[in-house]
Amino acid sequence: MEDIEHIEKGMKLIGPDGRRLDGRKSDELRPVRIEAGVLRRADGSAYMEWGGNKVLAAVYGPREAHPRHLQDPARALVQCRYNMAPFSVSDRKRPGPDRRSVEISKVISEAFSSVVFKEQFPRTSVDIFIEVLQADAGTRCAGLTAASVALADAGVPMRDLLASCASGKIDGVVCLDLNKEEDNFGDADCPMAIVPRTGEIVLLQMDGHLTYDEFQKAMELSIGAAHRLYEIQRDALRRRYSVTLEDILKESPPDSGAIGPESEPAPPSEDDFGPEGM
Amino acid sequence: MSEEVVSELMRAHVYRLASAGQRVDGRALDEPRKLTIERGFVKTAEGSARARLGNTDVLVGIKMSVGEPYPDTPNTGVLSTSVELIPMASPTFEAGPPRPEAIELARVVDRGIRESKMVNMERLCITPKEKVWVMFIDIHVLDFDGNLFDACSYAATAALGSTIVPAKNVDLGADFPLPVEHWPVSVTTAKMKDVLIVDPSLDEERMADARLTVTTDENGDIRAMQKGLSGSFTFDEVKRIIETAQRVGRGIRPSLQRS
Repeated sequence: MEDIEHIEKGMKLIGPDGRRLDGRKSDELRPVRIEAGVLRRADGSAYMEWGGNKVLAAVYGPREAHPRHLQDPARALVQCRYNMAPFSVSDRKRPGPDRRSVEISKVISEAFSSVVFKEQFPRTSVDIFIEVLQADAGTRCAGLTAASVALADAGVPMRDLLASCASGKIDGVVCLDLNKEEDNFGDADCPMAIVPRTGEIVLLQMDGHLTYDEFQKAMELSIGAAHRLYEIQRDALRRRYSVTLEDILKESPPDSGAIGPESEPAPPSEDDFGPEGM
Repeated sequence: MSEEVVSELMRAHVYRLASAGQRVDGRALDEPRKLTIERGFVKTAEGSARARLGNTDVLVGIKMSVGEPYPDTPNTGVLSTSVELIPMASPTFEAGPPRPEAIELARVVDRGIRESKMVNMERLCITPKEKVWVMFIDIHVLDFDGNLFDACSYAATAALGSTIVPAKNVDLGADFPLPVEHWPVSVTTAKMKDVLIVDPSLDEERMADARLTVTTDENGDIRAMQKGLSGSFTFDEVKRIIETAQRVGRGIRPSLQRS
């Protein structure tokens, strides 16, 4: 990442073959991996790697809202705290919230407010914590996408998961999912989040310069990517919660004596000694 | 940090077991939880390590930059340690400026590293009185299940061991590994009534009357100590705690050392 400063002005971000510096096509997503239920203390959690981003999300609640004067007698508060670790970027970031983090926290809180069934939990708060451990552009989208999985892992009732991805413009070409170099030297960046089942847009930001047609193209790319991310999110939850027949049998071994008169007494299984006996 | 409650049932259970030399998770009284260290977790840091001590999970990143030395130590690098008890890690942690608990924790980890002369700070001097390497140890607690003193110290020590000083970036010659010369190990013992237990879990820690963290070096010499909580120790107990810290520390040191 330190090499950014050494990249000369006028250097091409898109090669003659239409490929980007990291070899991706303009509509290609970086590799994404999500794991649900990674923390013990939190009510729900998820870990996400997205290109060079490493993000943890945790959810607490619904729990009693503090301070009390913030409590809403009719519904739950949905509060998000987005935070970057000091070592997550090349120049150390001073610990604690800066103006950028406060803004990101606010727009993510509002996005989740639109899908959580808040009316079921008056006077409570649903607290979402996003920690960026390693940053490579697109951390708010990664954080939001991971936080969706953490909310589901916590069992918070929602209309749907949210999925989020940014598009931008580099060297005059609209591209999906910018990485750090592209973000630093690109012409525009447009993060968004949708409710995949309904297509509602619940987060939208833009900076830079896009024509109306370019914006439309960027949104189409992002929406397509969000649907792919939605599958990855659901897959992570399935992996966490799916129960196979083998799992059930392991939990309660069938009583072999009850099956038929011919069955011999089961040989002592290794499980009988318990984990300590191994 | 708001207090978490330990139920009377759990309290009685832990006491009863402890007085018979046993613990809820099956450990011996002087047995630490399983420690796993994962180095190089964060590529944006000059060195990093994630330490899992039982279910306690701590991530440390080391950042190096060039800065000015302190006037009273013109020939040595600068070390700065901070701990963030992020609200993700426990329902009792809240966002905001560091609380006394976090500050004490950071200072105790810092003390063990500084006083053991783990890093040769003279070799981090670039131009005396003007330019030295500044080393930031940023400790991020991800999951809190007891005994942060040791977990943070292990993650910080392992992260320093994996740190490469980025000299090439600032035109100061080739990158070099941080000059690590000693391997301090911190071992925390908690006291409940008259029972001493090493590496307290969260429930044990919440019930403890007193706590003592002892950092020893590879010779078994004591490099830093910190007593905490409102209870007290007898001199005999302190001696036993130090002996245990030396023995347990010897067992833990190889997993922290640069492989």
